[in-house]
Amino acid sequence: MFYYKRLNSDLSFIQKIKEIDYVLLICIILLSLISLMVMYSTDGGDILFHTKNHFMKLIVLFPLMLVIAFFNIKHWHTFAYVFYFLIILLLVWVSYFGLKASGSQRWMNLYFFVLQPSELMKIAIILTLAKYYHRIKIENVNSLASITLVLVIILLPTILVISQPDLGTSVLIAVSGLIILWIAGVKIKYFVYSFIFGIISLPFIISFLKPYQKLRILTFLDPDRDPLGAGYQIIQSKIAIGSGGFNGKGFLKGTQSYLDFLPEKHTDFIFTLFSEEFGFIGSVGLLILYTIIIIRIIRIGAMSRSNFSKLFCFGFAFSIFIYIVVNLSMVLGLLPIVGSPLPIMSYGGSSLLATMIGFGIVLSAKINHRQLIAG
Amino acid sequence: MIKQNLGIRKSDVFNRRMFILGIAKVFILAGIVTRLFSLQINENKKYLTLSDKNRIREWKLPPIRGNIVDYFGNIIAGNLKVYQLHIIPEQVENFNYLLVRLKTLLNLSDKKIQKITKLKNKFKPWDSIIVSENLTWSQFLKVNNYLYDLVGVKPVMTISRNYPFNDVYTHVLGYVSQPNQEEIIKNKIVQERFVPGMKIGKLGLEKKFENHLIGTNSIQRYEVNAYGKRINQLEFQKGSQGNKIRLTLDTEVQKLSAKLLLNKAGSISVMDIYTGDIIAMYSSPSYDPNLFLFGISQDEWELIRNNPLKPLIHKTISGLYSPGSTIKPIVALSALENKIINPNFKVKCTGKTELYGQTFHCWKEKGHGFVSLKNAMKQSCDTYFYEIARLLGVDRLNITAKKFGLGEKVLGKYFDNEKQGLFPNTSWKKNNLGRGWVLGETLITGIGQGYTQTTPLQLCLMTAQIANGGYKIKPKILVNNKPLSLEQAKNSMKFDSLHSPNLKLFDDPKNIKIIQEAMFSSTNEIYGTSYKSRIDDPKYQFAGKTGTSQVKRISKRERELDLKLEQIPYKDRDHALYVAYGPYINPRYALSIIVEHGGSGSKAAAPMAKELFKLIIDRDKLRKKQSNFEDINI
Repeated sequence: MFYYKRLNSDLSFIQKIKEIDYVLLICIILLSLISLMVMYSTDGGDILFHTKNHFMKLIVLFPLMLVIAFFNIKHWHTFAYVFYFLIILLLVWVSYFGLKASGSQRWMNLYFFVLQPSELMKIAIILTLAKYYHRIKIENVNSLASITLVLVIILLPTILVISQPDLGTSVLIAVSGLIILWIAGVKIKYFVYSFIFGIISLPFIISFLKPYQKLRILTFLDPDRDPLGAGYQIIQSKIAIGSGGFNGKGFLKGTQSYLDFLPEKHTDFIFTLFSEEFGFIGSVGLLILYTIIIIRIIRIGAMSRSNFSKLFCFGFAFSIFIYIVVNLSMVLGLLPIVGSPLPIMSYGGSSLLATMIGFGIVLSAKINHRQLIAG
Repeated sequence: MIKQNLGIRKSDVFNRRMFILGIAKVFILAGIVTRLFSLQINENKKYLTLSDKNRIREWKLPPIRGNIVDYFGNIIAGNLKVYQLHIIPEQVENFNYLLVRLKTLLNLSDKKIQKITKLKNKFKPWDSIIVSENLTWSQFLKVNNYLYDLVGVKPVMTISRNYPFNDVYTHVLGYVSQPNQEEIIKNKIVQERFVPGMKIGKLGLEKKFENHLIGTNSIQRYEVNAYGKRINQLEFQKGSQGNKIRLTLDTEVQKLSAKLLLNKAGSISVMDIYTGDIIAMYSSPSYDPNLFLFGISQDEWELIRNNPLKPLIHKTISGLYSPGSTIKPIVALSALENKIINPNFKVKCTGKTELYGQTFHCWKEKGHGFVSLKNAMKQSCDTYFYEIARLLGVDRLNITAKKFGLGEKVLGKYFDNEKQGLFPNTSWKKNNLGRGWVLGETLITGIGQGYTQTTPLQLCLMTAQIANGGYKIKPKILVNNKPLSLEQAKNSMKFDSLHSPNLKLFDDPKNIKIIQEAMFSSTNEIYGTSYKSRIDDPKYQFAGKTGTSQVKRISKRERELDLKLEQIPYKDRDHALYVAYGPYINPRYALSIIVEHGGSGSKAAAPMAKELFKLIIDRDKLRKKQSNFEDINI
């Protein structure tokens, strides 16, 4: 297999710099700046706790992303399974010793940083499955053994995260995994069958949900049933977005946000604030920025010669897309409220860390796109 | 090579699957943009409203009531700046400490402190508590000096009702005070504009014209956060002061009336005989309406309520009195009009008349001898009026009395507590007492005793209508637009009577003239009952009729004793009455005076008329000069 490696295994530093996807990089920088601006607004037009911390995280994680970018993607291939198991171990550790907050136990205190391993699992699952399908023969993709194994790989972290409990992240991990299955070519009928099975077993799943999760679904179906309680968030979120109108209320002028009507405005509902202040124009602009990022990642995937890179890029691109869709659908009242951050925009270190690692790997895939990786 | 082929094949699968995902993505994205569009563009208005509803809260301030002014534009019910002390609990660091400080600073009672603590627990922490509604200037200064030590205390300047003439107008104006639940619910406008601290009319014109006087709320719009805390003021929408009311009353005459009736129970009414403008209506004793503004204390209230002179009764319109001899002009007029007698008809007064074994006394024990109509009026001979009443009959007398407004409300719609009084006739007695009329009752009705009950304002109106030549006038208390001049008023009065004959109260103008002359002699000729109170200067000269109304039947023994006023218990003393009009040549004003338990009309009531006419006629010039009338729609 070394035969392929020589093609461009070791690029010089200058070559690497030339190979960077600058459009993607600029988009990421732009998004980071927007996120800082919005964070500044959530602090009421002041550089306070959230703005400072978000800025610090970006300052640390942006170079990290670049370091990863210059790091050959083949190493990610090599250590993908190790990475996966490491995160699994962290998840197990967290379920015993993790920090508790608002009824769930999903964090570990690293003293300089509070890590949420489930966020990293979003990347780990893509890496692992990308490696798995990179190595497996195409004839075996639809074999029972393979599918069973892959389902175990997906379900293991999903169940660990669900038990934290953290429905939102676990769903996103599962979806990220399933996307790889889809891209890898698992037969469509399996997806159709499991979808039908899923619909049939929905009542049973619901019966296993925690009361607060059931409430969220009920509230989603009819937010006005309890406008000051469970429905409050979604009603206020819709008011904020709707009142933004075409042009928005203007930077730092989002009344819903600075008068504290918006819940969780730093994290899951960050888009609400953005949309209130920048309106339809701003929202669509942000969506376009995200779309460019996703298209660039897909493009990198498409130009990559190695299937590992390809699968990772496609998987990561679609995962980001799903994160965005889930988050926006939630704040727009199209989906029940599940905790799901908006990539880069939302305040939260672990999510940002995972996203930045992901971007780093994608950039690395671009730099090394001519390289093949031995299965 | 095989592996490579496989690899290529694999990547084909990847690309194909990714393409399908890509299409799905486009649709999903389109869905999200559509949703954004529908929320932000289509439903923008709805959500903008909701967002404003979220963040903007309105605070209504109490409306400022319209002024009530007298005929000359002097404010008799106005508004005054008052200094209040508010506490905003959420800003207070140590509530107990603050209360202790305030207690010593303002001498608050323990009860008051308890009340504040109670209020604090009742309201939201950002709602201000009114600690004191009416601080004196020195208290206000003190609070301001120690403000650094009183965190959370807010000295506030606000507007409150004020009655500058204190008790002079109380019965007319009434007063304002905090409304109770029922009053708020009953009046839609009050309900709409109600805010704590607002006051509404509880009595009198303040109550009657509540909706006219109330004014609109000023509105402060604040931006509030999700917890309801005020962040900043967005707008101050100034409300408009309530509408003005202008009265026909003259403060100077009103004040003189108050002075004359000081420490007495009674009433004075003065009326323009052509326009019906009421110049004064004062009921004594009165009380200070300012006491009610900030809640009257129990002690003060008890003092008013238990006063034996009954300050709470508006005697001018709710006090019912036997008219006594003041009815005699009507009795005489009725007899002349019905052609029962002619002016030369004479009766011999021996001091008493016997009828069916019952004795009817004249006030003068020795009798007046032969008296004509004029002399009978002048000396108020009872025997003469027993006789003509007997000849006339109560039913015919009743018709004349009714024409002149006795037994009917004078102002009607303005005061809820106005009484209509009573002038009896035979069918009234049959219907209400179930017994037949007795001739003896006709006799005592003829001297204004018996069943007859009149209000002081009715007597004033009656006198005014005699003075103006016998035309019905409509008494009024409000000035709605520019008043008529004397000529216009006279002409319109006569003109109106041509069209509606019931406005003309006589058949033969000579009869009215005879009565007027008789009243003149009663005041201005020797032996007249009010001769001592006359004014010789024709400018002020007036004509009147005294009256003394018994509150209790005089026993034979008492009659023989001939007690002095001071010797009779207050409750049993006669009411003193006087009705008059002036100036005698070209008359303009009529008045009625009643002094409860004042003794005789000539001694207690008539002298007041002398002082009143001097003032009233002096002020007539000013009254005519008065301009700047605006149209007021009520």
